[in-house]
Amino acid sequence: MAIHLQNVSFAYPKAPQKKVLDIQHWSVAPGEQVFIHGPSGGGKSTLLNLLSGILQADHGEVSVLGERLDQMSNRRRDRFRANHIGCVFQQFNLIPYLDAIDNIRLAAHFAATKQATLNQEMGELLSALGIAPSDRCKPTAQLSIGQQQRVAIARALINKPQLLIADEPSSSLDQHNRDAFITLLMSLVKEHEITLLFVSHDLSLSHHFGRVEALSDINTPDRMY
Amino acid sequence: MFMRLACKSLLNRRGSVVLTVLALTVSLVVLLGVEHIRQQARDSFGNTVSGVDLIVGARTGSLNLLLYSVFHMGSPTNNISWDSYQKIASGKHVAWAVPIALGDSYRGYRVMGSTPDYFTHFSYGGKRKLQFTSGKAFAEVLDVVLGSEVAKKLSHKLGDQVVLAHGIASTSFSLHDDKPFNVVGILAPTGTPVDQTVHVSLQGIEAIHIDWQQGVKMPGNTVSTEQLAKMDLQPANITAFMLGLNSKIATFRVQREINNYSREPLTAILPGVALSELWQMMATFEHTLRLISACILVSALLGLSAMLLASIREREHEIQLLRVIGAPPMFLFLLIELEALLISFAAIALGSSLLYMVLVVAGDLLASEFGLHISTNIGSESTAYIMLLMIFSTVIAAAIPSLKAYKNARRK
Repeated sequence: MAIHLQNVSFAYPKAPQKKVLDIQHWSVAPGEQVFIHGPSGGGKSTLLNLLSGILQADHGEVSVLGERLDQMSNRRRDRFRANHIGCVFQQFNLIPYLDAIDNIRLAAHFAATKQATLNQEMGELLSALGIAPSDRCKPTAQLSIGQQQRVAIARALINKPQLLIADEPSSSLDQHNRDAFITLLMSLVKEHEITLLFVSHDLSLSHHFGRVEALSDINTPDRMY
Repeated sequence: MFMRLACKSLLNRRGSVVLTVLALTVSLVVLLGVEHIRQQARDSFGNTVSGVDLIVGARTGSLNLLLYSVFHMGSPTNNISWDSYQKIASGKHVAWAVPIALGDSYRGYRVMGSTPDYFTHFSYGGKRKLQFTSGKAFAEVLDVVLGSEVAKKLSHKLGDQVVLAHGIASTSFSLHDDKPFNVVGILAPTGTPVDQTVHVSLQGIEAIHIDWQQGVKMPGNTVSTEQLAKMDLQPANITAFMLGLNSKIATFRVQREINNYSREPLTAILPGVALSELWQMMATFEHTLRLISACILVSALLGLSAMLLASIREREHEIQLLRVIGAPPMFLFLLIELEALLISFAAIALGSSLLYMVLVVAGDLLASEFGLHISTNIGSESTAYIMLLMIFSTVIAAAIPSLKAYKNARRK
């Protein structure tokens, strides 16, 4: 299983009585592309942070790519995330004062990615994503939103992750760019056989995905015991 | 990559970073400058006079006597009679005696009347004798030996004629222009007040005042050089004199005898003791200066801390992003510390060069106005110590924002 959750519950330390997540059982097979939709405040981002190991579950078993995140040390979880999981968000995907190259390099820095072939891989990835060479050395704050999101994908994919987590990555794009973006993302994910977890409130995107789930079906924080 | 990220992040916030660097630079220049000048002043102070066992002048405080006889600062309280000098100089413990007569000046530099013995007996900075770069000691009545700085500043060479002025103001209207002196010798630099002194014989001092009464020139009464040579130019008074003794053990006895001299109220001082007394008097001032400069550094470091702390807030997304791509919280702690250290290093580099330039520019002014010879070499143990202290304090001051970044990273 690429993802396996068992009896997972989570509450933020500031409100320990209010459960944000309570998932009895949920799993994703390797190579699956899953679309999760739900209203804002439904715990989407919390779930993604739990899966990437930024947050830790209060109870239960969180397995990602066959490894138990809930049993790892903080340091190992950070390394695991760098090496195996790519993340793309709605915004703030890049360090604005670094150029595209440096942003990608920084991501490679935290993973065990080999430096020898890095430049070549970076070039191929950026070309595939349609980032012109002249735009690669500009601070990313000077790029258009569409370009920024594409550089963000390159940044997320540079370490060859097995799992890509996308949190509303296309919400800041207009209709035209959004479709192009999703198509590009899907083709890359299929090409590299990456498991994709795509979270959005925009149901119109769901036709791109093989599996569509409502978060409210998975997450039942208000269930009675 | 770590370094690159820190540098680019600082460049991205260059406005506030430059101001912080400047604040640290200024505080470092003050701190280093105070320390450097303090040390240099102490060194040049301690080196001003050596090999002289006693300095004798009219009854006054030991510091005052030291100041006017050695540093040529301030005014002598009174003269002492030639007879008393003769009497004491012929005492059985006395190896040598050199009289000093002050009161005239040459374009702002003090004129000191003495005997040729001065050049053989006076020493400075660990018993170094005075050296001539050119010429020799004065022999004739109207011969003059210039200190190195006087010669350099006024670009005088051997054979030049100089006209002394009455009184010690730098601009004097009563000149001894009827009796110009010949430059016969120029001394090597010593880094002491000797460099700023114009040396003439006691007879020379006497000669230029022959036709003067009550500090005013009497008109129509000139004496030719030939006449001068024949005249008895023994002075009736001198300002002070230096004594070298046969045995150091006798120093305190001779000092007591002079202080109890019944014919005239006199004071004898040990130059070494008076020098350290003088320095001690400045100690409070010195400590105050150090304290103030330390406070300036502390406030600059607090400014650095505040600037970084504010930046953490505006960089919340950046911290979050770094966490997502796998940066451990420790990375963020170290990143902020590194940024602080880069600012600190920039301030150290800028501050030392600025101080160096200030010393080069202000060195001449300090030397001519205050007789303070400051070397431009600021590399010393205490400078290194201050820089290390600053780096250490930077790490401490940056710990607050760094911890904040660390905590933010842990929480998310």
